Amino acid sequence: MNKTKYDVAIIGGGHNGLTTACYLAKAGLKVIVVERHEYVGGAAVSRELHPGWTYSNCSYVCSLLRPEIFRDLELSNHGLQIIPYEGSASMLNDGRFYAHYQDHDLTYRSIAQFSKKDAEAYDRFGKDVMRQCKIIKPLLKMTPPDPTSFKPKDIMGLFEFAKYFAAKDELGGLGEKEIYDTIRFWTMSVRDYLEEYFESDIVKVHLAGSAIIGTALGPYSPGSAYVLLHHYMGEVDGTVGAWGYSRGGMGSITKAMASSLKSNNGEIKAGSPVSQILIKNNKSYGLVLENGDEIYADKIVSNLDVKRTFLKVVEEKELPSDFYKAVKNFKIRGSSGKLNIALDDLPIWKSIPVGDPAGTGDLHITQNIEEMEGAYDDWKDGKWSQFPYVDMCIPSINDPTMAPQGKHYMSVFIQYVPYNLANGGWTEEKRLEFGKHVMNRIGNYSTNFNDIINHAEIRTPKEIEAEVGLTEGNIFQGELTMDQLMFNRPVPGYAQYKTPIKNLYMCGSSTHPGGGVMGAPGANAAREILKDLKMKISTHYI
Amino acid sequence: MNTSKISYKKPLLETPFHERTSEHCYANDWYRWAGYKVAKEYSSTELEYTSMRNTAGVIDITPMHKYDIKGEDAKKFINKLITKDITNIQSNQVVYGIWCNEDGMVIDDGTIFCFNENHFRIFCAERNLNWFSDTATGFKASVEDISPSIAALAFQGPLSCKILNLLKVENIENLKPFHFNNYNIENHNVTISRTGFSGDLGYEIWCDPSQAIGVWDSLFKFNRDYKVLAAGMNALEMVRIEAGFIQPNVDFMSAEQALRPNRMRNPYELGLGWLVNLNKEYFTGKQALIRHKEKGPEKKLVGLDIEGDKPAVGSVLYDNSKKNQAKEIGIVTAAMWSPVLKSNIAIGFVSKEHYKLGSNVYAEIYHPEELDYRKIWAECKVVKKQFFNNPRRNETPAFT
Repeated sequence: MNKTKYDVAIIGGGHNGLTTACYLAKAGLKVIVVERHEYVGGAAVSRELHPGWTYSNCSYVCSLLRPEIFRDLELSNHGLQIIPYEGSASMLNDGRFYAHYQDHDLTYRSIAQFSKKDAEAYDRFGKDVMRQCKIIKPLLKMTPPDPTSFKPKDIMGLFEFAKYFAAKDELGGLGEKEIYDTIRFWTMSVRDYLEEYFESDIVKVHLAGSAIIGTALGPYSPGSAYVLLHHYMGEVDGTVGAWGYSRGGMGSITKAMASSLKSNNGEIKAGSPVSQILIKNNKSYGLVLENGDEIYADKIVSNLDVKRTFLKVVEEKELPSDFYKAVKNFKIRGSSGKLNIALDDLPIWKSIPVGDPAGTGDLHITQNIEEMEGAYDDWKDGKWSQFPYVDMCIPSINDPTMAPQGKHYMSVFIQYVPYNLANGGWTEEKRLEFGKHVMNRIGNYSTNFNDIINHAEIRTPKEIEAEVGLTEGNIFQGELTMDQLMFNRPVPGYAQYKTPIKNLYMCGSSTHPGGGVMGAPGANAAREILKDLKMKISTHYI
Repeated sequence: MNTSKISYKKPLLETPFHERTSEHCYANDWYRWAGYKVAKEYSSTELEYTSMRNTAGVIDITPMHKYDIKGEDAKKFINKLITKDITNIQSNQVVYGIWCNEDGMVIDDGTIFCFNENHFRIFCAERNLNWFSDTATGFKASVEDISPSIAALAFQGPLSCKILNLLKVENIENLKPFHFNNYNIENHNVTISRTGFSGDLGYEIWCDPSQAIGVWDSLFKFNRDYKVLAAGMNALEMVRIEAGFIQPNVDFMSAEQALRPNRMRNPYELGLGWLVNLNKEYFTGKQALIRHKEKGPEKKLVGLDIEGDKPAVGSVLYDNSKKNQAKEIGIVTAAMWSPVLKSNIAIGFVSKEHYKLGSNVYAEIYHPEELDYRKIWAECKVVKKQFFNNPRRNETPAFT
């Protein structure tokens, strides 16, 4: 039995748990990360599930990871490299394709094929989204102030918020108009938002994709525009909104974090599922592992989502009933599936010529917003979408480490797939049928796709939940809707990474600013813990 | 623009003059302009510039955006769009105008050609299809982007009229500034306007793309005696600063493109108040412009005559001759040594207390000198933006 006492024990070795651990270890604390699997990473993993191929089998592209965290944790020296990629495309049923390229003029002409007005409007859209990204960026790093509290730090926090919005220099003097826009953007449906700029179906649906990835909202659902923003506020080397691949798969991010942690004398205990958090007199003091071992620590931090933390590893009797109820009501619905496919060759698309960079980024096949909403309707009925939205990419085109020479790895993210399937629930047969359905659909847009599939891993929300531990397989650890953002995330009154249990903290994506492989929740949690310990650390982020 | 045949290998379009411009562009130095490839420098910016001040220079301005406004409300539409009153405009007349958003912030400027009451054509630097289309709502007026269907050359310089005259372009010397007409250059049908970006005598020549090469060749026909040069964007930038013409997204951010709201500028700040007619009926931005005028600009775009000969590119402006007591009061947006004026000139924003003509401000110039910077604290006099103003520009009949 492990008798060592730690300053901090972190449950779950996802990217946020590791980020929290790294900052605390950097500050000199004795830190241990307790991970269920033999490997760390949570939903940012690289796994060889088919000999010779590396799958980013959950998250698959990177943009949101805060550069300050990358820098503070020296992730480059621990092996991490983010590679930008070119373009994105939607393939049309009539044999044409719609593409965005790195070259602005080329993108203009590409859009102008469908609508000159839209080609021009794309710049205005880009500018407006960029302005919103600028507004939101500093908020990511803030601990949300509690608007109902009269504590000096909350009043100061609210003041900071207000001052920030009024700041003439940082944001270039936001006027009333821009504040109205912000409120509209955070609450509108993406369909309504895009309708204000564009006329062409394919332009709208191509852009709308970012608003539904990972969420149980449809393009007509109010609040979906914010999800688009959430996917745009990242960057690759200062190019805001750009996405890149993590060289070696998304697991390279968490491997580098684990290595960074160890370099600061942090410990990782893998293969150790936690069964319970030890609590006495409303104070947490340790963990019980499934094998009965106990680990003691002054502070416990949970990287698990808020539901899993308080409905699974904390006993109900330890919690205020209001809080318990709020956690139960937290929206964390499964809506996404994933295929990881080993390909014997590069797919040849019917519409995108071989060699066109449009084919090397993310690819889509949804034709219009109505079809996208229809896909959502199927989900509401408890069925997988007949015409699902897919976000496909072939990282091995840009990343030489993912597949054997001449072969390729394809990641297919699928929206929508229900957690609870109507008519008897998920079975092994239905899972395979679902995978086949998606592959057939992709096959319609290619001349060779069906013949080059070597292996496919098919994941419904059930598999994502079972492997990663995300409740219902929700990739954001909870919906990114206004009622669950900022000082309402995850639960009003508990948005500052603290919980009703003393010495128990949260650091996962269930907390502000939410999901995506961002690291901000983890770093924010570390800052709060250090504050409580009256410790200081000087880094780029904190 | 043939958009159906786009290829990632050729992100930029070629203008109808490309066969000739690429021939002349020994420096192989290209510039992106509205998705087109145009020469930045053909062989020598200095000589290209000199041609526009001494003989004549030819600039491919095909990438300019061109919009046709047609319909019985065409004039009403223009009057709602721009800040100037064009009620009395005549056919074959050109006006220079600006258009603002509802907040009175400048979106772009351009020249507006009046063919007749029901047909206008707007030439401008930025894309404006959506803005014009939105403004046209409620009018019997159509907005069409005709940019790809017209090839265009600027033919600027003191010999421009003489050469057109030698080419037997009938009566060209009597074309008045800011007027246009249809002409014939060696059997090529063209429209010629007495307009341009050089502040000198000059013309802009508009034709069908099929006529482009023929027109180009004609302009160089008397090259043995009168040296005409193809001039690139660098040379154009020089003449336009001397002329005091301003450029969106260079001297000010277009209100349609500014990310930061406080980077937008109203006409009074740009020194373009003379283009605003607040007595005319409702036009976009009128209410805001009344307020802006009342309040007076906080800062203003002015001309600067700077001591010494080191161009004040990107300089910050200060209020005091003593550096350690100086307060920031502005910024230079464009600067150059002017060969024709033998002066160190610049265009820049200066705050309220200092923008009166004759005021002194100070520029900190970082002048690169053999891998080091010489920091110069240079006195600047606030002057009119129009630095170069040769009488031949407006003389009619023009010099032949």
